[in-house]
Amino acid sequence: MAFQVDKRGFYGPYGGAYIPEMLHQNIDYLQRNYLEIINSEDFIKEMDALLKDYIGRPTPLYFAKRLSQKYGYKIYLKREDLCHTGAHKVNNTIGQILLAKRLGKTRIIAETGAGQHGVATATVCALMDMKCIVYMGEVDIERQAPNVKRMRMLGAEVRPATSGSKTLKDATNEAMRDWISHPDDTHYIIGSVVGPHPFPDMVARFQSIISKEIRWQLQEKEGRENPDYVIACVGGGSNAAGAFYHFLDEKDVHLVAVEAAGHGVNSGMSAATTILGKPGVLHGSKTLFMQTLDGQVVEPHSISAGLDYPGIGPIHAWLFESGRAQFMSATDQEALDSVMELSRLEGIIPALESAHALAKLKELNAPSDSIVIVNLSGRGDKDLDTYIREFKNL
Amino acid sequence: MNRIQKLFLDKKENVLSIFITAGFPYLDSLPQILIALEAAGVDMVEIGIPFSDPTADGPAIQHSNNVAIKNGMTIPYLFSQLKDIRKKVSIPLVLMGYLNPPMQYGFDRFIDDAVACGIDGIILPDLPMEEYLDSYQEKFKSKNLSNIFLITPQTSEQRIQWIDKESEGFIYVVSTNTITGGKVDFEDNQKDYFSKVRNLQLKNPALVGFGIRDKSTFNIAAKYLQGAIIGTAFIKHIEAHSNRIEEAVKEFIETFN
Ligand SMILES: Cc1ncc(COP(=O)(O)O)c(C=O)c1O
Repeated sequence: MAFQVDKRGFYGPYGGAYIPEMLHQNIDYLQRNYLEIINSEDFIKEMDALLKDYIGRPTPLYFAKRLSQKYGYKIYLKREDLCHTGAHKVNNTIGQILLAKRLGKTRIIAETGAGQHGVATATVCALMDMKCIVYMGEVDIERQAPNVKRMRMLGAEVRPATSGSKTLKDATNEAMRDWISHPDDTHYIIGSVVGPHPFPDMVARFQSIISKEIRWQLQEKEGRENPDYVIACVGGGSNAAGAFYHFLDEKDVHLVAVEAAGHGVNSGMSAATTILGKPGVLHGSKTLFMQTLDGQVVEPHSISAGLDYPGIGPIHAWLFESGRAQFMSATDQEALDSVMELSRLEGIIPALESAHALAKLKELNAPSDSIVIVNLSGRGDKDLDTYIREFKNL
Repeated sequence: MNRIQKLFLDKKENVLSIFITAGFPYLDSLPQILIALEAAGVDMVEIGIPFSDPTADGPAIQHSNNVAIKNGMTIPYLFSQLKDIRKKVSIPLVLMGYLNPPMQYGFDRFIDDAVACGIDGIILPDLPMEEYLDSYQEKFKSKNLSNIFLITPQTSEQRIQWIDKESEGFIYVVSTNTITGGKVDFEDNQKDYFSKVRNLQLKNPALVGFGIRDKSTFNIAAKYLQGAIIGTAFIKHIEAHSNRIEEAVKEFIETFN
């Protein structure tokens, strides 16, 4: 079975480019040219240099000894939290800003949930001297306030999305409206493996550095390239796509994707798309998302702004449907418990999003001493306000 | 021949089409609005199917979508409302909406039920041309239903020709790079673009939409192409006078005489 995108931009039945004519020219041009641009020698050279010297790659593959003792596995953390700006998101924004430059664009827009993608976009725009506008739901502006300030320090304009649930999906709508209105000078740096083809594939390729590094790092540490398990959280699914990418065709590697269950999958306050969602068309692609019988998008809930999205990227819809990846979900409370656990056992304060992945170690049911990689997609600095509120005895 | 094709056979200029979101301002406003529009002399109506995430629409139409959904508008309800509409309204009626709600309803069933209500055309801005040709064109043709495509100032001439070839109704000329309700000045840029489209001598008539808001903007569009479509301005007017919808429709349309 094939897990990579096909020529028409589909993963099995999911993907494609369901866009209004207003976006046709930009999307069509990208579809025809993205591979040539991002595989060109000068692009790769510039990208590799920035990943190394600016982002700080390779990120460590860290053997988490006390965590391993607790769960009885050999647990490695892929330290995307140590990337410049504090999350994996910057792997993608570096790639896309280099692409935007080659497209001759001068203005960048982005949507953001947790603010990590917004910060990562504002960062590369400062680096490349591009105008930057970030759309962010009003609710998220409140719960991720430090990231709003960071974006502004970096020179970006943060525009509130005030429609709908005022979170990530609405910020995405606003960014699309902006792109429709500024097709000539603007590139839209989408922050996850969502949106019309070729964005899901392009973002997955930029994030695939995660699993590329895991393979040689594990070879160094364990004498083998393939772990037994790779666990990652899924909002839109970019960190998971990057962590899975080079293992997709390695059948002995179990891929585990963890969605946000919010207050619980049956609580009406959840973002567990594979359980609650149905196939449909949202934000330019055919994929799974939470919707009513009439096809109206249902507003999700997660304590973690980065997972508070009603859908998943088409690659994940296909990994789920084909059975290639196992999908689990973690509640707000489980994520919080894992935040504290990792802080105390390993001296690492993770992002709320990443904590969803950690939360499923206890349910893995893997043979003891299995090699388990957890993709630690980001660090917890941005979530400190939430942690101060939730951990009352600090 | 369906009613859209008949309309353009009889009327080659100053075609006035109105867009209204179904279920707005009240759940049952639509039939009343359609009847009033026809009585006021409007040539065609586009009926918007509300969607929670209308990514090509500005604040006014977003708002009308939200209100309509809250009011309880759904595709089954819309079809129940339109079941007998052809006893009262004879101008062409077009359904316009984002792809997802019809997809959930079942696309084939959607087309069958639309035709049963006397709908003449469908506009689904996010349905890709290729998918339409592969999967739906035959069905549209067999039902004598027009599929209407959009073009924008960015659409290449070659693509416009292709769209024209595959269309049987009219072509929706988006006035500028904007979402609905955007401020369009209708200066040289738009005029050049409209005359470029006119000079292509397409087989289909063309109507301008997005930013048309009054008689003067309508006249500019109608000077170059067959007419225009008004959405946001009409919706705002209806919302402002929702306690006397029939009169408000009449007043609004009279300003175009
Ligand atoms: C640290 C972190 N992890 C994960 C995510 C979720 O995004 P994705 O599923 O695309 O990796 C986010 C999104 O903001 C994030 O900030």
